[in-house]
Amino acid sequence: MGQGQAHIRVRRYSGSARINHWIVAISFVLLLVTGLSLFHPSLFIIGVTLFGSGQMVRFIHPWIGVVLAASFFLLFLRFFPANLPAFTDFVWVARLRSVIAGRDEYLPEVGKYNAGQKFVFWSQTVLVAILLVTGIGLWDSKLQFFEQLTGYYPTIDQRRWAAVIHASAAVLTIMVWIIHVYAALWVRGTIPAMTRGSVSGGWGWRHHRKWLRKQLKNPSQIEQGPSSKLTPAE
Amino acid sequence: MKAYQPLDVIRVSATVTEAKAAPPPDRDVEVTKLIDVLKCIGCKACQSACLEWNDMRLKPEDNVGVYENLHDLTPNMFTLMRFTEWDNPQTGNLEWLIRKDGCMHCEDPGCLKACPAPGAIVQYANGIVDFIHENCIGCGYCVKGCPFNIPRISKVDNTAYKCTLCSDRSAVGQEPACSKACPTKAIVFGSKKEMLAHADGRIADLKSRGFDHAGLYNPQGVGGTHVMYVLHHADKPQIYSGLPEAPAISPIVDAWKGEGKFIGLGAIALTAVVGFFHYIFTGANRVSEEDEENADKLLGGK
Repeated sequence: MGQGQAHIRVRRYSGSARINHWIVAISFVLLLVTGLSLFHPSLFIIGVTLFGSGQMVRFIHPWIGVVLAASFFLLFLRFFPANLPAFTDFVWVARLRSVIAGRDEYLPEVGKYNAGQKFVFWSQTVLVAILLVTGIGLWDSKLQFFEQLTGYYPTIDQRRWAAVIHASAAVLTIMVWIIHVYAALWVRGTIPAMTRGSVSGGWGWRHHRKWLRKQLKNPSQIEQGPSSKLTPAE
Repeated sequence: MKAYQPLDVIRVSATVTEAKAAPPPDRDVEVTKLIDVLKCIGCKACQSACLEWNDMRLKPEDNVGVYENLHDLTPNMFTLMRFTEWDNPQTGNLEWLIRKDGCMHCEDPGCLKACPAPGAIVQYANGIVDFIHENCIGCGYCVKGCPFNIPRISKVDNTAYKCTLCSDRSAVGQEPACSKACPTKAIVFGSKKEMLAHADGRIADLKSRGFDHAGLYNPQGVGGTHVMYVLHHADKPQIYSGLPEAPAISPIVDAWKGEGKFIGLGAIALTAVVGFFHYIFTGANRVSEEDEENADKLLGGK
C-alpha cells in the first residue's frame, strides 16, 4: 500500500484456513488464561474474573483443550506439506543474525514458510500432542470414561508426571506462541495474511520470494493487480 | 477467609502471603489421634460414628467376600477399616491386621502444597489439615500431592473430601467422633506431646510382651503426622494394607509446585522481554516501496 499508488496484493490464506487458524488462536488464548490461573496462585484471579469461579475454570479448560486439539489437527493437515524441511532452511538458519537484524536482502529466497515459521509449526505440533495426552491424564472427571474407552487408567505417579509435563509443555508452547505473535507484529504487513487473507506483493518479494514467484504464475492468486491496470481515480 | 473458622490458620493453599496472626506452633496446642492397631477389634464403630457426625448416608454395596465395608474411601466415607490376613513367616501364625485408614494430617501436607485454589486447603495451628469446600475447584491436584491416597472428589459438588479430624469438634474441645465411639480405646486423642508419651508407654508394654518390632508410625518424611499408629510390626508398615514405609511428598510434585513455577513464569517473561528489546533495537521490519515495485515488475513478466 504505497502512497496513493496501489500495488499488487497476493492471496495467502483461504477463508477456511483463516477460520481454522482463528479458532485455534482464540482457544489458545482461552487455554492460556485458564491454564495460567491454575499454574500460579497470583494468576488465579484472572480465570476467576473471566469465568466466574475456579470451578468453572477447572471445568472449561479441558473442553477448550479438546476444541484446540481438534482444530489444530485440521490446521496441521492443511499446513504440513508446506512445512516440510527444504535446503534453504539450513542457509536461512545459518544466517540467523541477518534474520534477527531484519536484513532480508541477505537471506535466500524462501517458499511459503521460512525455517523460523517451520520451527513454530513443528514445535507447536509436538507440544499440542503432548498437552493433549497429559491433559487427558489430568482430566480426573473423565478418566473413568477414558478407561471404558481404552481399558487404561493411569497410575498416581503417571498422573503426577502428567501434571509436570503438562505444565512444562505449556510454558514452552507459550514461549513459541510469543515468538509467533511477535514475528507477525514485527514483520509489518503480515497480519493481513490472516485477516484479509492476502499480503502485498512487496511483502512476498521481501520475505517469501520463491512463494511469490509461484503465486504470480496463477492469476487466481492475485487479489489485486497493479494500479496501472486499475481505472485511475483521477 | 470468608468462612467462620474457630481455629487459627497457619498455612493456606495457593497463597503467596503467610497466614496472618498465626501463633507460633505449640506442641501443647497440636492435637493428635493415636490409633493402636493391636487394640482394634474391627467393629467399625468409628466408621459409623464418622458417618453420623458428618451426616453422610451411604447406599449398601455388594458383598464381594471381603471384610472392608465400603470397598474403598469415598467422598462420603472419610475413614475405612482395612483388613489383611498376614502369614507371619517367623511364627507360622496367621495374623489378622486391621488398620483404620484415613487422612494422616501431615505436618507437611502434600495436598496443600499441590492445591492451586487459594484457601481451599488450610492447616490450623493445632495441626489439622482441612478442606474448605467453598474454595475448592475440584481439580484433583490434592490427590496427586497426597502420599497416602486419601482425598476423593465428589461427583455431586465436584469438591474434594477427606477426614477433617473433626475440626469442628476439636475447636470446641471435643475429641473426634471416631475416637469417642471406639469401644476399646484403640483410638485415643490428645495433644501431640501426650500421644507421644502414651505411645511410648504402650510400645514399651508391647516389647515386654514379645513384640520386638513394636513401634510408632509418625513418618518424618512428611514432618510427622497428626494421626499416628502404634504398630506391632513397625519395621514393615506395608503389611498393614499398604501403609507406605517412607511416605513423603513425591519429588515430581515438589518439582512441579516448587522451582517449576518460578522457572516457568521466568521463561515466559524472558521471552516477552527479549521480544520487547529486540523491537527497541531493531525496529519494525518494513516492506519498502522498492519491494512493492519489484513485485509489480515480477508480475509484469520479468
